[in-house]
Amino acid sequence: MSLALETPAAAERSVMEPVAARLASVAKETHDTFTLNLEPPEGDPVAVFQPGQFSMLYVPGVGELPISISGDPERREQLTYTIRSVGQVTYQLVTRRPGDTIGIRGPFGTAWPMKESRGKSVLIVAGGIGLAPLRPAIYHILRHRGDYNRLVVLYGGRSPRDLLYKKEFAAWGMLPDTQALATVDYGGVSWRGYVGVVTTLFRHVRMQPKETVAMLCGPEIMMRYASRELETRGIPPEQIHLSMERNMKCAVGFCGHCQMGPYFVCKDGPVFPYTSMKPYMDLYEL
Amino acid sequence: MIPTAVGAALKDHPFLEGVPERLLDKLSQLAFEVTFEEDQIIFREGDPSSFFYLILSGLVALELAAPGRVVTIQTVGDGEELGWSSLMSRVDKQFRARCMKPVKALAFDGARVAAECEEDHEFGYLIMRRILVTVAERLRSTRMQVLDVYSARGGQIK
Ligand SMILES: Cc1cc2nc3c(=O)[nH]c(=O)nc-3n(C[C@H](O)[C@H](O)[C@H](O)COP(=O)(O)OP(=O)(O)OC[C@H]3O[C@@H](n4cnc5c(N)ncnc54)[C@H](O)[C@@H]3O)c2cc1C
Ligand code: FES
Repeated sequence: MSLALETPAAAERSVMEPVAARLASVAKETHDTFTLNLEPPEGDPVAVFQPGQFSMLYVPGVGELPISISGDPERREQLTYTIRSVGQVTYQLVTRRPGDTIGIRGPFGTAWPMKESRGKSVLIVAGGIGLAPLRPAIYHILRHRGDYNRLVVLYGGRSPRDLLYKKEFAAWGMLPDTQALATVDYGGVSWRGYVGVVTTLFRHVRMQPKETVAMLCGPEIMMRYASRELETRGIPPEQIHLSMERNMKCAVGFCGHCQMGPYFVCKDGPVFPYTSMKPYMDLYEL
Repeated sequence: MIPTAVGAALKDHPFLEGVPERLLDKLSQLAFEVTFEEDQIIFREGDPSSFFYLILSGLVALELAAPGRVVTIQTVGDGEELGWSSLMSRVDKQFRARCMKPVKALAFDGARVAAECEEDHEFGYLIMRRILVTVAERLRSTRMQVLDVYSARGGQIK
């Protein structure tokens, strides 16, 4: 498929105009989730991103969606996205073939607090597809290992077959000063790891809470429980950061689609300090 | 005074954090160390509840037989307790407990601990309070699992 779209030079482009990128490869992660590697035009700013930011991916004639960048921020020649097929647009994205063209806008939004976390331990808590937006933060820490203290990655999924990046995850767990623990809601007899919600892994974590920055991404209800529990365990709430999800259209703060209280998730987020999100996460009527 | 290795293990176990020494002493007299091999069954669903365990190391799967498959609904590991129902009368085991990794634990005869709880209410209160915390935690986890937050519907009820 080709994109009936000219990519103007970056300087002349409006934020609403997508860049045409070639789909280089598609890898199956699980039964419903795929990782796409896209090649944007060489040197285009669309590929310069911070861990936690997202792009708008556009399939002509179908629609446009916010998808977090899940690759290494220092590999500028490719943009990587991990997409779970849940509806029309995500299905169209994961069924593209290498060589096809996909439109990209971005990168958009706020990033994980990588600079502020220097000298501290980092606790990553991911649920389901939520590991994708956190993976660039992990890559960043592993590339700049001396800047950070311990790295702990806790990951919860529905079942063993739903877990992402299995080989890579196991390799993280073997690195010095790094713990990587996964748990599932339901395990079969062949699963030899933890079973239970992700918060049950907290008791296995060895780190100084006051010197720890927590980064969370996953279903909102999971982040709510996990943030509360991390606070109870002594992590200051301003050191807990969450990535929020809301439906988006413009991604640049024009349309109001992604509003959450006084915030626009597309430009004030998706990464927020827990202290800003707490009043809105506990609301029963939204 | 708690002289033995069992006593030291009891004192360090998170389940008993903050329990006064007099009561730890009492518990240590009821405790004995046990080990289980990988894949060994500690108890089966429907067994009468007899022993209560404080796990020192290893990992245990709590399993349920569903038609055509066995599902692990929770794992319990070091620093946690297993078999609280043995302290309640007339409650049979609700799950099968199978070792996923070799397990070392302190075991207690549930009926004897329950009898001590009846006799010494301070002791009974502390034990029951801790069990209640465990049961409440597991209930909360179960509710989250039932919500199925990672499914494509992301926990939405439609
Ligand atoms: C900042 C941001 C970053 C994101 N990053 C990623 C990412 O890296 N990978 C990724 O796969 N998705 C990501 N998403 C979510 C993605 O944008 C949505 O899944 C997408 O909008 C669904 O569109 P669709 O047309 O495929 O499904 P729709 O046709 O809109 O929805 C189909 C069904 O799926 C359900 N659904 C929609 N979205 C979700 C969801 N997020 N989770 C569970 N069920 C859903 C709907 O309730 C509906 O029942 C992100 C969203 C935001 C806001
Ligand atoms: S998506 Fe338009 S304001 Fe956020």
